[in-house]
Amino acid sequence: MSSPFFRFASPVRFYPMAGKLIPWFWMAASVFGLVGLYVGFMVAPTDATQGDGYRIIFLHVPASWMSMFIYVVMAGWAAAGLAFHTRLSSMVALALAPTGALMAFLSLWTGALWGKPMWGTWWVWDARLTSELILLFLYLGFLALHAAIDEPKRADRAAAVLALVGVVNVPIIYFSVKWWNTLHQGSSVSLTKAPAMAQTMLWGMLLMALCFWMYSIAAGLTRLRAIILEREAQASWVLQLPEAA
Amino acid sequence: MKAIDAPVAATREFRAAPREGSPVLAVLQRDLLLAMRRKGEVLTALFFFVIVSSLFPLGIGPEPALLRKIGPGVLWVGALLATMLGLQRMFASDHADGTLEQMVLSSAPLPLLVAGKIAAHWLVCGLPVVLLAPVLGLQFDLDAASLATLTLGLLIGTPVLSLLGAIGAALTLGVRGGGALLSLLVLPLYIPTLIFGAGAVQAQLSGLDPGGHLSLLGALLALSLFIAPWATTAALRISLE
Amino acid sequence: MLSAHHLSCVRGHRPLFSGLAFRVEPGSWTQVRGANGSGKTSLLRLLAGLARPDEGEVRWHGAAIGGEDFRRALMYLGHGAAVKEDLTASENLGFAAGAEGATLSRERAAEALARFGLAGREDLPVRHLSAGQKRRVLLARTLTRPAQLWILDEPFTALDGKAVEVLAQLVAGHVAGGGMAVLTSHQPIPLPGGQVVEL
Repeated sequence: MSSPFFRFASPVRFYPMAGKLIPWFWMAASVFGLVGLYVGFMVAPTDATQGDGYRIIFLHVPASWMSMFIYVVMAGWAAAGLAFHTRLSSMVALALAPTGALMAFLSLWTGALWGKPMWGTWWVWDARLTSELILLFLYLGFLALHAAIDEPKRADRAAAVLALVGVVNVPIIYFSVKWWNTLHQGSSVSLTKAPAMAQTMLWGMLLMALCFWMYSIAAGLTRLRAIILEREAQASWVLQLPEAA
Repeated sequence: MKAIDAPVAATREFRAAPREGSPVLAVLQRDLLLAMRRKGEVLTALFFFVIVSSLFPLGIGPEPALLRKIGPGVLWVGALLATMLGLQRMFASDHADGTLEQMVLSSAPLPLLVAGKIAAHWLVCGLPVVLLAPVLGLQFDLDAASLATLTLGLLIGTPVLSLLGAIGAALTLGVRGGGALLSLLVLPLYIPTLIFGAGAVQAQLSGLDPGGHLSLLGALLALSLFIAPWATTAALRISLE
Repeated sequence: MLSAHHLSCVRGHRPLFSGLAFRVEPGSWTQVRGANGSGKTSLLRLLAGLARPDEGEVRWHGAAIGGEDFRRALMYLGHGAAVKEDLTASENLGFAAGAEGATLSRERAAEALARFGLAGREDLPVRHLSAGQKRRVLLARTLTRPAQLWILDEPFTALDGKAVEVLAQLVAGHVAGGGMAVLTSHQPIPLPGGQVVEL
């Protein structure tokens, strides 16, 4: 197993490598963030129908994308941990979950902030917002199950099964909520009916998406290092670290 | 105590006849028998369904038009919650007295045995809800066609609830905060069933064809029949490790 | 033949045992000995395939355990009584057989239970039996189900002298007939020969 992937699959080797990478990701996140916010708030034109209030989508949409993306990645790592019995894979899934939940929460919160000035309500039972809420519950369920089980290996594996069941259900839930939403056409309000995309708006969202992505990796790696330290606390290599002194 | 001196080699004479029955039916029969001997627990979930359904009109008001609007949703949510009450019992007592381990080690495939247990759970918790729902639906001034749609939807949907719920029950075996945690895990998964089931009745009430909703419920049933035994088996093995 | 290779087991952060290796040959029995909490039950569960070892593996006739053949050849009796309290003793035996697709007639169940001194009690809900009697219901399974490998966790617990004798004879006969047994016990095991694995 000398391929690079497996060489870093052991926590011992992964820990220092992650430590070196993290600052780069923070930097990338900051750069993308600054440029993205500039494009979103300064460069992109004022929307004809929604004025300047629409600009919240530069946070809302990337957060939604990331929340769903992270869930799939998390489920993938969890599946790898289940299939190959590699400890690090399960730890990656656990490290990603809080960031994913944060993205889902951010998406909900920015959705509410958008809704209030636009349509006068703090909450809209829009298909995407509702799915996002359910996704948040799925994240919280993952974290709650993991926290409730004392034995780390059993916790990893149980949460992994839950993540996999969740990942299969997410498209079903999204479809059913969309269906439900089209049936109850009470309001013509929809956050998915975003303003027609000017080129710059798209760029703004992509840049912010990249920013969130880099942030997620940086935060995930940082959390992963903490989890490794916690799990391997008795190992000799950990006791020799400067942090352990 | 006799027979202490009988030759031990006579064990052969006691062996069970092999391979004649179905493991699924045996497990199903066993669980039904156990439920019959503990009728109290079973009836509690049913009464819960009745009470919850009655709470909503009390909380909202008795205008028939309003009741007809909320009826399908309320009854479906009641069915969901009543099913969930019975979920913990699915594996917990077998886990506590060690019979679950015997099932896992049985030579029959575990997914089959799990299917038997889920079927028993549905017969004990789900089917009574299906039978009771039309009666409760009268409280909400639903007409005959809507009651039929409600019942049919519940007939297709409650097995889905048992199947998905089994996964949650297996994952939370012996875990702290089991009941509340189980709800957190399982209720998001129940949402599509709720949407299509209640939606079918609402469609019927609006004069539309509920067929689309019911077919989607059927699709959910097919999908969960496919996934749930395997996921539950994996979760049981993990919980026993 | 059951073989264990480099087995190690970790509970929480504590390693219970590591590098454990031994074999159980047909026609022999093995006792697992160790202080309380030393991992005897964990080891037996690893051997039965209920848990995965943190390192190493268990093999049955050279192949990995867990398959249908292994489970059919295995009889595992754990700590718990593994009987449903609301069912009668003979119902318990009947359903245990049924869960494997076999049928067990009431007469045979009654005979097996009688061998363990439960004659006349087979139609009582198990709830009404004493702890020792409950244990014996489970042990009666050894009579109704052929199995090459017996893994018994503290089988002599709560048994009185006569029941201990019956069980010992049973195990001895099983081993003499080419079977294998792995036992733990806090009491001295009244069986001849046998290897000891210390944890």
